[in-house]
Amino acid sequence: MGWLGRTLNSSIGKKTVMAVTGLSLGLFVAAHLAGLTSIFRGRVAFAAYADRLHDLALLLRLGEIFLLVVFLLHITVGLLLFLENRRAKPIRYAVRNSASGQTWGSQTMPYTGLCLLLFLGYHLASFSLNDYAPIDVLLRESLAQPATGTFYLIALLALGLHLSHGLWSSLQSLGLSHPKYDQFLESGGVGISVFITTLFSLIPILALFWPGFLG
Amino acid sequence: MTINLTLRIWRQPGPDAPGAFRTYQSGPLSTDLSFLEMLDLLNERLSLAGEEPVAFDHDCGEGICGTCGAVVNGRPHGPVERTTLCQLHLRHFNDGDTLIIEPFRARAFRIEKDLVVDRSALERIIQAGGYVSVNTGSAPEANTIPVPQPTAEAAMSSAECIGCGACVAACPNGAAMLFTGAKVSQLALLPQGQPERTRRALDMLRAMDGLGFGNCGNERECEAACPKSISIRNIARLNREFLRASFFSEEE
Ligand code: FES
Repeated sequence: MGWLGRTLNSSIGKKTVMAVTGLSLGLFVAAHLAGLTSIFRGRVAFAAYADRLHDLALLLRLGEIFLLVVFLLHITVGLLLFLENRRAKPIRYAVRNSASGQTWGSQTMPYTGLCLLLFLGYHLASFSLNDYAPIDVLLRESLAQPATGTFYLIALLALGLHLSHGLWSSLQSLGLSHPKYDQFLESGGVGISVFITTLFSLIPILALFWPGFLG
Repeated sequence: MTINLTLRIWRQPGPDAPGAFRTYQSGPLSTDLSFLEMLDLLNERLSLAGEEPVAFDHDCGEGICGTCGAVVNGRPHGPVERTTLCQLHLRHFNDGDTLIIEPFRARAFRIEKDLVVDRSALERIIQAGGYVSVNTGSAPEANTIPVPQPTAEAAMSSAECIGCGACVAACPNGAAMLFTGAKVSQLALLPQGQPERTRRALDMLRAMDGLGFGNCGNERECEAACPKSISIRNIARLNREFLRASFFSEEE
């Protein structure tokens, strides 16, 4: 194994892969959200955004391939870490009593991750791989169903939890820590997660409760 | 003041023997007693009754050697912050409390007997590079190598680690990153540590990886459990040191 293989195979190497891929996925989520804000400006604006996106054909394909690779890396290495970590603690304590280092986000990383993976499959199947109707009709009709809308909200909660730990954790894994900025980085990560989750959640909430949604 | 406690203690005759909790009534105990004195009293009683006493580790009794340690009600070294088990006193408990006492648990720490665990994996990490090579001989002049006071302070904060293993015990992943981070940091921060800095980061981390410890999940349980309040900044520094050594040095 060469030096790169050895590095990536080490514990810190794997954490670095998680951090870099995680931050890339976070950037994608932010870009996706930025595009989707066109929904709040009505049907015409949203359809125009979708059209403009599809006009990028080649660029979009390249982006999709890049994202796929990043996703696969994040999932594979994440699973590997999960299994290794379970092996490193074969017997749990009879009583669990966190000294409050852990957060909801940090404790549930593998599970919120799995939840996001399931959601991604469903989301891609119902939108990207489905072109029997215009995107705005598709979106309005599927999200207006209570079951789908609720599923989306649950997935967004998982996203928020995952990001609330993931953003800061990625920086820490990359060694970014400084007495002057630590507090800012930590609260910043949580703040961004709350912001992203809230803005995203508005879409299914509007679809569920507002008859005029994308009308 | 005296209190009565119910003690549920993990009893395990040997590394490969199955273990189980046994429950003991403490009888009246002075709150001035230390936790380990309480175990001594229990052991006296057990010995007189012809039973096997509870095996536990301790040495200095002053919170500086890192030999003692057990998990009390889910917390390594018990419920009091910045306190080793040997410095824990019964005044922190209430009459009628039940204390569940378990050994430090991690795959890298083999249970020898009852509460005694083999933490020599931590020594292996030190052996891999947690030292500086110097020519011995007459003592050098003081201040031949100037070290700024803040740097010395930072290195001292890392060097406070007593190697007790509470970080590994507290970590949900059984990782030794806080320990290794502190040991790498204390030398990386000082001029004396520079010549071997790159090699040290690579070797100590690889040794750690090979000993059955888990991976850091940045859950910060280690920092909260550490009797010396070693900060996770040491882990960030270890990450930096290792990445720098891996990607930007000529060492492999
Ligand atoms: S016995 Fe030395 S630290 Fe507790």
